[in-house]
Amino acid sequence: MKGSNLPRLELHIPEPPSRPDTEVDFSHVNRGKAGAVRRPDIAAPEAEMRDLPYELIRVLDDENAAVGPWDPKLSADTLIKGLRAMMLTRAFDDRLFRAHRQGKTSFYMKSTGEEAIAAAQSMALDKGDMFFPTYRALAWLHARNYPLTTLCNQIFSNAEDPLAGKQLPILHSARAYDFYSISGNLGVRFVHAVGWAMASAYKNDTKISLAYVGDGTTAEGDFHEAMTFAAAYRAPTILCVTNNQYAISSFAGFAAPERLPFAAKALAYGFPGIKVDGNDFLAVWGATQWAAERARTNNGPTLIEFYTYRAEGHSTSDDPSAYRPKDEAKHWPLGDPVERLKGHLIALGEWSEEQHEALAGELKEKVKVAVKEAEAIGTLGQSKPPIDEMFEDVFEELDWRLKEQKAELHSRREGRD
Amino acid sequence: MVENQPSVNDAATETYSKKMNMIQALNSGLDVMLGKDEDVLIFGEDVGYFGGVFRVTEGLQNKYGLKRCFDAPLTEGGIIGSAIGMGAYGLRPVPEIQFADYILPAYDQLVSEAARLRYRSNGEFWAPITVRTPYGGGIFGGQTHSQSPEAIFAHVTGLKTVIPSNPYDAKGLLIASIESNDPVVFLEPKRLYNGPFYGRPDEELKTWANSGDDSAEVPLGHYEVPLGQAAILRPGREATVLAYGTMVHVAKAGIEDSGVDAELIDLRSIVPLDIDTIVRSVKKTGRCIILHEASRYGGFGGELSALVQERCFDHLRAPIARVCGYDMPYPHAFEWDYFPGPIRLARALKTAVEYR
Ligand SMILES: Cc1ncc(C[n+]2csc(CCOP(=O)(O)OP(=O)(O)O)c2C)c(N)n1
Repeated sequence: MKGSNLPRLELHIPEPPSRPDTEVDFSHVNRGKAGAVRRPDIAAPEAEMRDLPYELIRVLDDENAAVGPWDPKLSADTLIKGLRAMMLTRAFDDRLFRAHRQGKTSFYMKSTGEEAIAAAQSMALDKGDMFFPTYRALAWLHARNYPLTTLCNQIFSNAEDPLAGKQLPILHSARAYDFYSISGNLGVRFVHAVGWAMASAYKNDTKISLAYVGDGTTAEGDFHEAMTFAAAYRAPTILCVTNNQYAISSFAGFAAPERLPFAAKALAYGFPGIKVDGNDFLAVWGATQWAAERARTNNGPTLIEFYTYRAEGHSTSDDPSAYRPKDEAKHWPLGDPVERLKGHLIALGEWSEEQHEALAGELKEKVKVAVKEAEAIGTLGQSKPPIDEMFEDVFEELDWRLKEQKAELHSRREGRD
Repeated sequence: MVENQPSVNDAATETYSKKMNMIQALNSGLDVMLGKDEDVLIFGEDVGYFGGVFRVTEGLQNKYGLKRCFDAPLTEGGIIGSAIGMGAYGLRPVPEIQFADYILPAYDQLVSEAARLRYRSNGEFWAPITVRTPYGGGIFGGQTHSQSPEAIFAHVTGLKTVIPSNPYDAKGLLIASIESNDPVVFLEPKRLYNGPFYGRPDEELKTWANSGDDSAEVPLGHYEVPLGQAAILRPGREATVLAYGTMVHVAKAGIEDSGVDAELIDLRSIVPLDIDTIVRSVKKTGRCIILHEASRYGGFGGELSALVQERCFDHLRAPIARVCGYDMPYPHAFEWDYFPGPIRLARALKTAVEYR
């Protein structure tokens, strides 16, 4: 082709719609209309559901009314419990983020703006269903009243840390709360959820699994592996992408072609994908219920994309104003999950500004007390779990190497060296 | 060790043991465990209907049904990742990776997850998986059907790494691995599947049945060869040879060629390692030669050498020697130049006894 007049190739590098020095631009976000998306029968053939990922399932409309077929029709009581779980998550995040600033822990990550997802799913699923979380899903534990002091103990790695000081703050594990052990490497546990669900089916059990990856993490091979396995064995699992638009500083356009819903990835694997307003507690619940029913009736897996926005920095080590407009969160077209559920409850006549404020105060106090209790045990470096714990659980039993190393450590500590 | 009882699968059988090659012994181990424990299941590429590319899972799907032994999509990360999830649920999966050379796509799952799940959750979750995978060269497998990756697993805290060298051990170690509550990488020397191999490619091959090796006589029922116990296959006074897998047989030949009265230790598992047997032997012989097929630099021989040096320093009469594969990818045409055969071992043994 030498000498031909073919145009030169150009490499495309995705660019986000806005940067710190430009106007916020969410013009690509198509909110659709609350209540407008149909809710297929759980046993409907996949071929009849291929339009779903391209629509946004929403229940709460702009007047704070619950509309359409995905409304789970929850009691006011349940809604208030959900609101409380979200508010508790937020209060906890705020307090522990400050604890990091005060040097009481090495690290923290907030889930601000994403509280509705794990809170609603924690409440919607049954005891015994297993959740394979990411680090941005503590709302699951808050919705099930996991003891706050214990959570703080883990974050402070103190003498009563349930993980005995072995794991980074918030990479929690809480088997009794159906909350699988989190680890630092992204995506890998998406596949575990599928294996766990296969095991449940293998044993003719009734339990299902639920797993998260962030939008960025869908690019890992593990996403593809999990989807392939889930499809092949029709695993009773709900695989979720929490699309909060960012992976640290990278916008979601690096993980999928710009504008393609992550939910649409399910089509290639042959099971349904749905895209859900992640800031709409009712939509999250309704979608989860649908996917759970599908899983429980041997109709196989579902991929849910929760469309949301990471309202704060990635972690205590991140300053988002370095890569996106400072006030972008305020412009997010799907609003704030707490405000929206609160608005709904007020519109129903089941809640008031006064009650809301009172609850916010109560939760703030509750978190404060828990943090104080944990601080009394000790913060990072001030208090440690028993040193022998360090050698436990590498294997079921200590092998000779660990026994020798433990003895070596003790002799050094006792000054015998 | 051998349970003197009829096979659990076939109570009516008159015989308690029979001659098996390593493939049959492994198959029998899987059969016993599928029969014993509902929570044991097998999956991997081509292991189901077809019975595996090396026939190790032959007949198991037919005998136990589709759900107990089934095919998997071609994704090693998916195979090990889902096995970990099954393990966390409470099953005892025995996934297969078709060749150890292809375990690397699952390395993250093994290192970051299987090995650490128990530790990082402080004992809340664990995954008792046994990953079977054929490894090793000597079969003209070239670069991607010959590798010996044991050292990259030995370095991972939380994983056990087991390598049998004969049919009897293969079955007993496999059963012990499946029953272990820790994750195990079970490396099967595929060069030994059908018969022992002494590292002399021109020699006529023997099957296990006609090898005269007692270890080809395999009990039909359930028995274990405990993990972390080495076997002294040949007692000796002048040197200790440490080997595992295919190299155990190469070591027999090399010792014979050398005329040195060497003690041969088959490590059988490299994690956990039977340090006591090794130390006792080297203290007695004063010389130690390590033989492995994997390339030398960073190989498991380095760890063995360091351990022996630390613990037997005052007893050593010659430098510890390592006879290993060269530091290169496993070459195809040069297979027998690369392969650390009996001639190289014999030379190392003679050098050691003639030292000073
Ligand atoms: C395998 C792996 N690669 C990189 C990292 C570093 N890292 C931690 S969080 C993160 C971004 C994840 O983004 P996303 O999946 O969108 O989730 P989000 O944080 O937005 O909830 C990265 C790159 C990691 N922990 N693991």
